[in-house]
Amino acid sequence: MMIFTLAWRELRSLFLSPLAWAILAIVQIILAYLFLSQLQEFLLIQHKLVTIENAPGITELVVVPLYGSAAFIMMLVTPLLTMRLISEERRNKSLALLISAPISMTEIIIGKYLGILSFAAIMIAMITLMPLSLYFAGTLDGGLLFTIVLGISLLIAAFISLGLYMSSLTAQPTIAAMSTFGMLLMLWIIDWAGGKANETASGFLEYLSMLRHFEAFTAGIFNSSDFIYYLLFISLFLILSIRRLDGDRLQR
Amino acid sequence: MENEKLLSVQHLSRFYGSLAAVNNISFHLNKGEVLGFLGPNGAGKSSTMQVITGNLAPSAGQINICGFDLLDSAKQAKANIGYLPEQPPLYRELTVDEYLSFCAQINRVEKSKQKSALTRAKERCGLTDVSKRLINNLSKGYQQRVGIAQAIIHAPAIVVLDEPTVGLDPIQIREIRTLIRELAEDHGVILSTHILPEVQMTCDRVQIINKGQLVYSDNISNLKQRMQSNSLIVGLKNAPSETELAALSHIEHIEIMSDNRFRLSHAAEHHPAENIAQLAVKNNWGLFELTPGRKTLEQIFVELTYNEVIADETDVETDKGASAA
Repeated sequence: MMIFTLAWRELRSLFLSPLAWAILAIVQIILAYLFLSQLQEFLLIQHKLVTIENAPGITELVVVPLYGSAAFIMMLVTPLLTMRLISEERRNKSLALLISAPISMTEIIIGKYLGILSFAAIMIAMITLMPLSLYFAGTLDGGLLFTIVLGISLLIAAFISLGLYMSSLTAQPTIAAMSTFGMLLMLWIIDWAGGKANETASGFLEYLSMLRHFEAFTAGIFNSSDFIYYLLFISLFLILSIRRLDGDRLQR
Repeated sequence: MENEKLLSVQHLSRFYGSLAAVNNISFHLNKGEVLGFLGPNGAGKSSTMQVITGNLAPSAGQINICGFDLLDSAKQAKANIGYLPEQPPLYRELTVDEYLSFCAQINRVEKSKQKSALTRAKERCGLTDVSKRLINNLSKGYQQRVGIAQAIIHAPAIVVLDEPTVGLDPIQIREIRTLIRELAEDHGVILSTHILPEVQMTCDRVQIINKGQLVYSDNISNLKQRMQSNSLIVGLKNAPSETELAALSHIEHIEIMSDNRFRLSHAAEHHPAENIAQLAVKNNWGLFELTPGRKTLEQIFVELTYNEVIADETDVETDKGASAA
């Protein structure tokens, strides 16, 4: 109950700043452009595909690249959404309001997390309108669309948990944004380093890579280990944030 | 009900590294009372406020709020306390109404009572006319009032106000002081300040804190007595010679203040005012002023806090040298 009050306040404050609207608009325009150009490409080669046996359909050729681009763009955008969560309250000294109220640190963190998560849900819903519009003209692979939406939701939820933690570390939103971006990019490309030299090391780095786990979803594979990876990732950073916020009160 | 203890703090300490911001402080707050917390900058006032509102964890000691321990049952304890920090914790992008109803919600005011709580808090703080405006666009004084409204919205037993009148104009300061007196009717109020007249005007009890330690704690009436010093200020048009005045009974010392005004120090147990008045009439000295000399709260404050400063001066000097290096 209290969590939803906090989440609602967070979401409302986000929409009261021009930033949220700007992000929604710009992401939508860029993705719409990519979507349309992908669609045009597909229409050009469509007649050739008919002749190929077991040819990839519109979902694989248009929808999957759309969400691939969306994942990359969200990696750039999430730090901007999460940077102010705690750092700005710390800078404005408004954290005292929440801390002296009868609510726990866990409720504060989860409330804030859900606030941004609901914003992300709105973004994902708006992006998903594009593939859904294809139903007017034909059919889609519904199962693939479902797994890929699930995949990107988990991916963005993980981005946000990391951003929340980074925001809890500092009183400067820009520092929070920069370090979130750095961490996300690092986790995105971490498997590049592995190479062939060391099998176990590269296996481990591959496991850490956020991109690898997302790729399975884009192939329409729902793997419980990928699911658990994201859940662990999210819980880890939420717990770290709670501990960090609690640490403010304690002895240093 | 008058002496119901709302807050009791026992042997409270808070360290920052090796620096003791608050050092073994014990005090309590009764219902219907305004407790003034006085102290120079950096004395530990704000730290104490932060600890009793749960914003800082104490290094040692116990805090009991309306029968709930602040550490063991934090939620119940915090529900009974309203806090205005030095800088009001505002969400400037919200309107006054939105902000206050959010505060009511997080302080667990029942849904059916939220509306009335909101109206009441706004009325008490004079915010009714600005309820639809953005907090960001309000003046500093109004923002401060929003801060106070936030602290009293859930009708807590204890209201903690950290320097509530800083940066306000004189009229607003008077209004806020009246408000504080009003609050004391059904809450206990802790007021931290370094404005001395404010304490004299609003508080029932005063605590002076210096370098993390309580150096003085007493009722305001006792403090006022303490402020009465053993001296008289006498104004005489046709003043007799100094020796003649000094010869009066029980006069220990004479200080000439300006033309025709004297400060006469006398023994504590004898009050020579009556005697002087009679003599003045009899000898035609032309008496035009006869007032008991008073120490200001400022003097007492300086006395209490300065003694230690002198003792510690050398330490402080070396500290400064160290931090500068």
